[in-house]
Amino acid sequence: MSDGVDSNRRRFLTATTAVVGGVGAAFVAVPFIKSMMPSERAKAVGAPVEVDISKLQPGQRLIAQWRGKPVWVVRRSEETLKALKEMADELRDPASEVEEQQPEYARNPYRSIKPEYLVVIGICTHLGCSPNYLPPGAPNDLGPDWKGGFLCPCHGSKFDLAGRVFKGVPAPTNLVVPPHKYLSDTLILVGVDQGASA
Amino acid sequence: MNKCQQYMDCLVAWIDARFPMTKMWKEHLSEYYAPKNFNLWYFFGSLALLVLVNQILTGIWLTMFYKPDATLAFASVEYIMRDVEWGWLLRYMHSTGASAFFIVVYLHMFRGLLYGSYKEPRELLWLTGVVIFLCLMGEAFFGYLLPWGQMSYWGAQVIISLFGAIPVVGDELTTWLRGDYVVSDATLNRFFSFHVIAMPLVLCGLVLVHVLALHTVGSNNPDGVEIKKNKDEKGRPLDGIPFHPYYTVKDIFGVGVFLIFFSLVVFYLPEGGGYFLEDNNFIPADPLKTPPHIAPVWYFTPYYSILRAIPDKLLGVIAMGVSVGIFALLPWLDRSPVKSIRYKGILSRIALGLFVVSVLVLGYLGTKAPTPETTLLARIFSVIYFAFFLLMPVYTRMEKTRPVPTRVTMK
Repeated sequence: MSDGVDSNRRRFLTATTAVVGGVGAAFVAVPFIKSMMPSERAKAVGAPVEVDISKLQPGQRLIAQWRGKPVWVVRRSEETLKALKEMADELRDPASEVEEQQPEYARNPYRSIKPEYLVVIGICTHLGCSPNYLPPGAPNDLGPDWKGGFLCPCHGSKFDLAGRVFKGVPAPTNLVVPPHKYLSDTLILVGVDQGASA
Repeated sequence: MNKCQQYMDCLVAWIDARFPMTKMWKEHLSEYYAPKNFNLWYFFGSLALLVLVNQILTGIWLTMFYKPDATLAFASVEYIMRDVEWGWLLRYMHSTGASAFFIVVYLHMFRGLLYGSYKEPRELLWLTGVVIFLCLMGEAFFGYLLPWGQMSYWGAQVIISLFGAIPVVGDELTTWLRGDYVVSDATLNRFFSFHVIAMPLVLCGLVLVHVLALHTVGSNNPDGVEIKKNKDEKGRPLDGIPFHPYYTVKDIFGVGVFLIFFSLVVFYLPEGGGYFLEDNNFIPADPLKTPPHIAPVWYFTPYYSILRAIPDKLLGVIAMGVSVGIFALLPWLDRSPVKSIRYKGILSRIALGLFVVSVLVLGYLGTKAPTPETTLLARIFSVIYFAFFLLMPVYTRMEKTRPVPTRVTMK
């Protein structure tokens, strides 16, 4: 019987079956993989949020929630603003050169629209923890030269009060400034760019 | 009596004609010959199996009461602890079991390092073990999110963000893993699925493969002597004894001792001093606030220390991945002509000693908040950790080994 085996035909059939089966498996994999992406419902949640800053005192921080993430608004004192200008040597990206980390209108020494108010997403650019706020003068383990900023409890990354990352820490980039605009002097809308209509 | 015996024989014969019951019994138990010189270190393989059974059983029961929903999960765990009859015991057996799993697996792995159990011909046995270890880490990680406490939440946030360090596809990949832009209900739901179905299924399959590979090559032993090289006229290894009854009885004794310690923790120290169940995890998950001090569960802290020691995101993540994956290379890194530490030279002993110290120090540092001093210490010990592996081809060839006996020794 073995004389009757056409091994070329057999090899051809094996190869084509494997190819057709492989293509089928690749197509079937799509729904399995795609279903794990954010659902339509998850995508829909993400509307802009209003933040009232009227009660914020200098040195204080306020936490709002936008797209599930913490958004901080920090009111900085004159002293802090002055200190921000003298930190460049200690920072990895003092002039905010990494473009994705802030909108164009926040690419300035204070990384904000109004120097007094910092608006940033409170998620460390290293591995996503939310850093602790250590205001200037508050007790901390970072030594007497600490001019205020944020310390990530997870891996020790440090940021100044403009959300700029220090050198020698694991976080690669500055904290992200979200799109935002002022609706009035005391009301910020987070999630919409300045100049765009709400 | 006699008749009864006959009926039994008939039944066995009936089954054997349809399923290889007697054949398997002989192959894997009554006629599987294991070296006669096993010592304390050889308890932990069977103990890992015991803990796996404990995790599966208690897990099935916990699943009866747990709710994988971000709004209900935390409360359902408290419900198990307070309202479900004996629920607290089931949960403590499961949570303590997780830590116990890593303790016995780490000791089991150390045994492999000690006696060169990864060396030829056991490379595949070792590799399947490494994959089991990786799956076990995954299983523990997925399970840790389920109580939906602060540590659960932020631990998952950090570990998922690790994948964000991968260039180009990183961001998309983390979104895909979470099923959302932040760790959320979608993440919890899928982690539940992975924890109770996917990983246990894979783990059980791998354990079977691991045991089959073991029974093909045969167990190593403290002398690193191949007992199959010396057989009697019937083909049985002269230094081997049947696994059953000799080692089944030995292992049952080990189980007894293990259960004493296990029960002590379950009943008197279920939180393990904040190491088995962390304090912060008794606070419900809050996406807006990371606890001031966070650390992974103790069994992940050595790798976490390595991650933290490197001041670069991608390199840190790579180093952490390598620190776990590098175990797979051991069979080819070790160039020593002998297997067991008993016959290796002084350099191997020092290297293994330093490695154990570095794992312990890194593990300890990983539980503490980072300061400049501890970061420096973590860097030093990370170097030692990797040097153990990377310099192995050098020091195992350089050193003078002692002659290995042809037969096992009993000491």
